[in-house]
Amino acid sequence: MEYHLQTPLKIEDIEKLNAGDIVYISGEILTARDEAHARILEVEEKTEELPFSLEGAVIYHCGPLMKQTESGWKVISAGPTTSGRMSKMTPSLLKAHGVRVIIGKGGMKGVADALKNRCVYLAYTGGCAALAAELIKEVKAVHWLDLGMPEAVWVLRVEEFGPLIVGIDTKGKDIFAEVREKAQKQLERQE
Amino acid sequence: MSSKISREIFIRSIADLLRKAEIELPDDVVNALRKAETAEENQVAKSQLQAILKNLEIAKKHGVPMCQDTGIMIFFAEIGTEFHPDFDLEVAIREAVIVATAEIPLRPNAVDPLTRKNSGNNTGTGIPDIHWKLVPGNQLKLTAAPKGAGSENMSSLRMFNPTETGNIKNFVLETVVNAGGMPCPPLTIGVGIGGSFDAAARLAKEAMLEPLDAPMEELEREIFEAVNSLGIGCMGLGGSTTALAVHVKTAHCHTASLPVAVNIQCWANRHASVVFRREE
Repeated sequence: MEYHLQTPLKIEDIEKLNAGDIVYISGEILTARDEAHARILEVEEKTEELPFSLEGAVIYHCGPLMKQTESGWKVISAGPTTSGRMSKMTPSLLKAHGVRVIIGKGGMKGVADALKNRCVYLAYTGGCAALAAELIKEVKAVHWLDLGMPEAVWVLRVEEFGPLIVGIDTKGKDIFAEVREKAQKQLERQE
Repeated sequence: MSSKISREIFIRSIADLLRKAEIELPDDVVNALRKAETAEENQVAKSQLQAILKNLEIAKKHGVPMCQDTGIMIFFAEIGTEFHPDFDLEVAIREAVIVATAEIPLRPNAVDPLTRKNSGNNTGTGIPDIHWKLVPGNQLKLTAAPKGAGSENMSSLRMFNPTETGNIKNFVLETVVNAGGMPCPPLTIGVGIGGSFDAAARLAKEAMLEPLDAPMEELEREIFEAVNSLGIGCMGLGGSTTALAVHVKTAHCHTASLPVAVNIQCWANRHASVVFRREE
């Protein structure tokens, strides 16, 4: 199935998605990778407030390449980064905030349970940064630029951002885990 | 090039070389990706390969880097014994990296390993990483191979016992299975066997840069077929193309050692070369 979603997202928008479906997203997405995840959790721990809202939000595992022009920031290249690095921090983040979609590449080990009835993981083709940049129409804001360009939180307006493949759905089905299991079995047969 | 290579021209050429490496893939890599797309029967994998090919077209059309991870700056230099530059080549290459970072632009990726402070211009202690090899002649061949972290992080090295040559294939397969979709398959896999701890890693990186259409030797083909039988596929979503090629390089090693390094390269097997000649 193919779905076209508009942010902010409600749980009903993502519950219908099944692993393997194709999704396109329009609206607002926020980039966050290693350092931003760590800081979100830090802010949480201090019970302080985030400078952005994660309710119904789409988090994009991406460290974009941006250029500052006279009219503001311009996206040069903005593909997904390896989601695996954020696996450990993701369950706590999901518990505290109403994030509905995580976009990244390569899948995430051990988060399917944390995603259940809460959030979906969508895979965007790794390295396809020039294609992604075409679908990002505006840089709306940037937070925590002190973390450096790739690690900052960029608020982006996107149109028909995709194709995204549902990698892990809200029912706990995880394509990456299934592929990994099969590969592991094949490896054992080779031994 | 004229008898004297000016520093300015040299820096310009290296900045242009980096631009080429970041925006366009070598023909052998593009051909291998096209072949994979045609052959792929898994529809999800096919859609991913199509996105990759479309992305390459857009990057070329707009003159922008194909991937936002523009890599860490690695150069392979083959310098002729008769190539006598009038300036410090390393300093000039470093300057070219700074120029290219601002101009193309490239994402600043070089950070201090402990404080994680970003230098902002893709240079730092040991970066650019330049591998020098002395060769006969009056030429300097420079290959720029900007390396992304997603695939580099999935590489591995193991010091085997000398009697364990039979475990090498499995080590490569384990590395690929553990990596799954994280290093952005389809991969190019460089395997370095022998040498020492560091030499094996160097061999693996050199093997990774070999042309993808170069015929594979028996061991290479055996590993290649085993890797593609794993079914990891493009981006780890399943499919028949996990690797585009496997290349192995060997060196003699200590009788008590068997170092094996596996260097993983994502589909964006970026590299470009330029030759400078000193004519008398």
